[in-house]
Amino acid sequence: MGRITLTNINRAFGKMKILHGIDLDVGDGEMLVLVGPSGCGKSTLLRLIAGLDQPTDGKIEIDGVDVTNVSAAQRGLAMVFQSYALYPHMSVRQNLAFGLENIRMPKAEIDARITEAARMLEIAPYLDRRPGQLSGGQKQRVAIGRAVVRNPTAFLLDEPLSNLDAELRISTRAELAALHKRLATTMIYVTHDQVEAMTLADRIVVMRSGRIEQVGRPLDLYNAPANLFVAGFIGAPRMNLLPVKVRSASGTEVHVEGPGGLSASVAADGTALKLGDEATLGIRPHDIELSDGSKGSVEARVTLAEALGPETVVHAIMAGDNKLVAVLRRQGVETQGPPISLALPPERMHLFDAAGLRVASR
Amino acid sequence: MTGAATLKAWAGAALAAPVVWLASIVNVPLKSWQRATGTGGMAAFFLAPNMAIFGIFVLVPLVINFFYSATSGTAYFLQDRTYVGLEQYQRLLDCGSYLDTATCREDLFWKAVHNTGLFVVAQVALMTVVSMATALILNREIVGRSFWRAVFFFPVLLSPVVTGLIWRWILQRQGLLNLIVHNRGGEPHNWLTDRFWAFTAAVSVSVWAHMGFYTLILLAGLQAIPRDLYEAAEMDGTKPARVFWRITLPLLMPNLLVVIVLTLIRAVQIFDEAYVLTGGGPGTSTLYITQYIYEIGFASLLRNPGLASAASILMGLVLVVLTLLQLKVGRRGERKGARE
Amino acid sequence: MSGVMTFLTRRRGGRGWHWTDIVSWLWLLGGLVIMFGPAVWLVGSSFKTPAQLAEFPPTILPYVSQQAKVEGYDKPLTLYRVKLPDGSTKVLAEVRRVGIVAQMVDPQAPNDIVKVNIADREPMREIGFATENYAEPFVHFDFLRYLRNSVFVTVMATLITLLTNSMAAFALSKYKFRGRDLTMLLIVGTLMVPLSVILVPLYSVVGAVGLLDSLWGVILPTVATPTGVFLLRQYMLTIPDELLDAARMDNASEWQIYWRIVLPLAAPALAVLAIFSVVWRWNDFLWPLVVLSRKELYTLQVGLNTYAGQLNVQWHYILAMTVVTMIPVILVFVFLQRYITSGIAGTGLK
Repeated sequence: MGRITLTNINRAFGKMKILHGIDLDVGDGEMLVLVGPSGCGKSTLLRLIAGLDQPTDGKIEIDGVDVTNVSAAQRGLAMVFQSYALYPHMSVRQNLAFGLENIRMPKAEIDARITEAARMLEIAPYLDRRPGQLSGGQKQRVAIGRAVVRNPTAFLLDEPLSNLDAELRISTRAELAALHKRLATTMIYVTHDQVEAMTLADRIVVMRSGRIEQVGRPLDLYNAPANLFVAGFIGAPRMNLLPVKVRSASGTEVHVEGPGGLSASVAADGTALKLGDEATLGIRPHDIELSDGSKGSVEARVTLAEALGPETVVHAIMAGDNKLVAVLRRQGVETQGPPISLALPPERMHLFDAAGLRVASR
Repeated sequence: MTGAATLKAWAGAALAAPVVWLASIVNVPLKSWQRATGTGGMAAFFLAPNMAIFGIFVLVPLVINFFYSATSGTAYFLQDRTYVGLEQYQRLLDCGSYLDTATCREDLFWKAVHNTGLFVVAQVALMTVVSMATALILNREIVGRSFWRAVFFFPVLLSPVVTGLIWRWILQRQGLLNLIVHNRGGEPHNWLTDRFWAFTAAVSVSVWAHMGFYTLILLAGLQAIPRDLYEAAEMDGTKPARVFWRITLPLLMPNLLVVIVLTLIRAVQIFDEAYVLTGGGPGTSTLYITQYIYEIGFASLLRNPGLASAASILMGLVLVVLTLLQLKVGRRGERKGARE
Repeated sequence: MSGVMTFLTRRRGGRGWHWTDIVSWLWLLGGLVIMFGPAVWLVGSSFKTPAQLAEFPPTILPYVSQQAKVEGYDKPLTLYRVKLPDGSTKVLAEVRRVGIVAQMVDPQAPNDIVKVNIADREPMREIGFATENYAEPFVHFDFLRYLRNSVFVTVMATLITLLTNSMAAFALSKYKFRGRDLTMLLIVGTLMVPLSVILVPLYSVVGAVGLLDSLWGVILPTVATPTGVFLLRQYMLTIPDELLDAARMDNASEWQIYWRIVLPLAAPALAVLAIFSVVWRWNDFLWPLVVLSRKELYTLQVGLNTYAGQLNVQWHYILAMTVVTMIPVILVFVFLQRYITSGIAGTGLK
């Protein structure tokens, strides 16, 4: 079992508040990814769960048992650190065995666990080497192995891939996903990389400035971001956000107008909006298409076209200096040339009110 | 694994075994202590032994030194001593003229102060010049630099007693120095019983013993000066002497200041090698303050611990001023001037 | 050979010799003589017999007089080359000496005593080492005991220094607690309190805890070195905190973290401190001199000074024992010099 419940967690260092009343429920066997920009408090939250730090206020429960004042060692969790934190003076085998020896596990059992973990993570050939003799990827596996042999209630991973090069990161990411599937143990994973979050998570927690912005399954966050921050944070390239004015609003539809001749009716609950209100319209670059200039399209001047082969990332500028990025599934977009016409499909639009909150359809 | 390596590993394990065993035994009560008191309690535990020793043998003496200096008598335990207020200080500082030791009530103390002052001036000057010259030479492209560095460093590790005895042996009547003098047709001399030569010997021997240390500090400073500065000066056709005065010396100044102040601090405390070399003699011509404190406090028949303590506090004040100077200088030089 | 010379005389940029090069080399060679010369002279002298030590001018190398066993005499007799009145020279053995006249015998004809003016003879000598200078002080004087005391003081003080300083440095570098900076300040602050300033009160404190005239009284006041705490703390600050957190997740107690993680990782700094501590404690003089009054507790340094301070200095023993006292430090110098010089260059520690 590995159900972790956080209730109203606060953490302050002196006068500086790092976490503001975090409530979170992590289900057994779930892969939960904490994502957010650096300094948002996600690593602090992970250290609180680990028991390496104490909350100023609030309650942490594991499987219904209050562990707020239980030491790290006794929580039955395992952690993978960003720097791997392998003991440099011990061999890989000793690194794996250290935690088990500390709980006085019989030697035979320790050996069996190490053998199993080494086989699973393919680190058997260098069990007798020191961490200094390993490559970054190998160290990473050892760090995971050290967590795996403990057979923990839950794994805590603090940006485990951030020290790997791009290629290795992708393959290790896939292996981590496979490992999670196989062990079916709760994992709490901290990253600032939204791609990692999207690919790995059962659920994502987006954090900013010590607060949770949104919790949900990856596609839910992508398709229905709860606010401007989540909209901007999830998805690459970032969602385009355009300032618009409400021209009419009803219970099922809001009509807005914006720069570059933008005029669209978005399916949304407009009861909270009224004529003339400022709002923000969001549309993802991948949802924009080239148009023939018919109604509902906008005019924009191309400033940069990045040809990636199957698609072209077009950076354009609209009236009022509003930038727009579009990913077009075609080649041959000219930088020098007359303004182009882009279609923004209304059914793919997201509407946010002046406070930055999503105006959902009813 | 070879036989020797196996044996070595086995011996290592055998030696380590009791220590490891002891450490694991210690761990058991400490775990409960940790559970009971948290990391704060553990910090206290780790600090305790060092701070206890430090407190008993450094802080307590430091504080009661002031009480000592306000008492008289020959007893060492504070409760057996009589309170006399500032009398000891009055006695030390009672002088007709501070320049003439004969007019002082405690003339021996002022003799020691004068001697120490002379010693400090001569030793600091000689030390700075000699170690600077050596560092400059070692900083040149010299074949076997680390060998030469070691040559000059070697006496630093010798004990003051050994240093004193070596030189006493060389400077004695039938010694090596007189052999050299004799071979050059000169008149052998009793170096250590002559006021001037005994003083010169004390200064030179202490420079001999410690110059390697200061050379090392200066050499580190010289090597930290970027090479390209010299190359740029060479491109400009700067004369070597000008390079020294305008580039080397200003950039070396922080290290040089540290060396001067450190030498100063240690010269004020001069004791052991001079004591072994000359025993303070001839007469009192090489009696220095620390030896005065030692003799008045312990060795002399007329011992007076209160007076020694007052003298040591006066010397301590001088050292505090010098150390604060050093910290200021050291911070500017970004060099830690730690010493024992 | 010319290759070697070119190598030894090469200069920056391959230019010719400059007067500063000559000055430099003179300085270095002069330094070599002045720095090593006295020690070499000491070692050489330590092998000379008392008679030879009293000679002037002294010889460079140690010699011993040749002796021969002569029939009719219990002890071996010293041999001399004697110029006889007839102008010939002969090797004779001295039986006894009265004033300037020596009674001598021919080893081949031991019954005839020849009287010789001592100006007409020269001792027969060969290079030899008076090793009894070394053996005697150990056997007949207390030097073996002094040596044992010195070793005991050095080893115990170094072990305790390493343990207590590293524990304190661990707390000061890896824990946050109230008063940490104050503690550090206090420790660094006492760097400016040398022994000579607290000599009298320290003596009474050591007396009050009953350690006067005991080796522990020599050891304990020296072990809480501020330098050691400072050096180790600086080093431990470079050990990443994540390693400690990893160990905490691995069920390690704080003691185990200190013992099994931090201590092994601080080994380079511990080695430097150990070397310094050995040299400091071995060389300590003033404090043992004050604390120890019973002769059998003297350390080598105090013992040496005492014997060298006697009216009738037995230089042949003193010199030999000085060499013995030098040996550990020479060993440290030869094998560990690199650690020391880097330690000093890094921290200004001595």
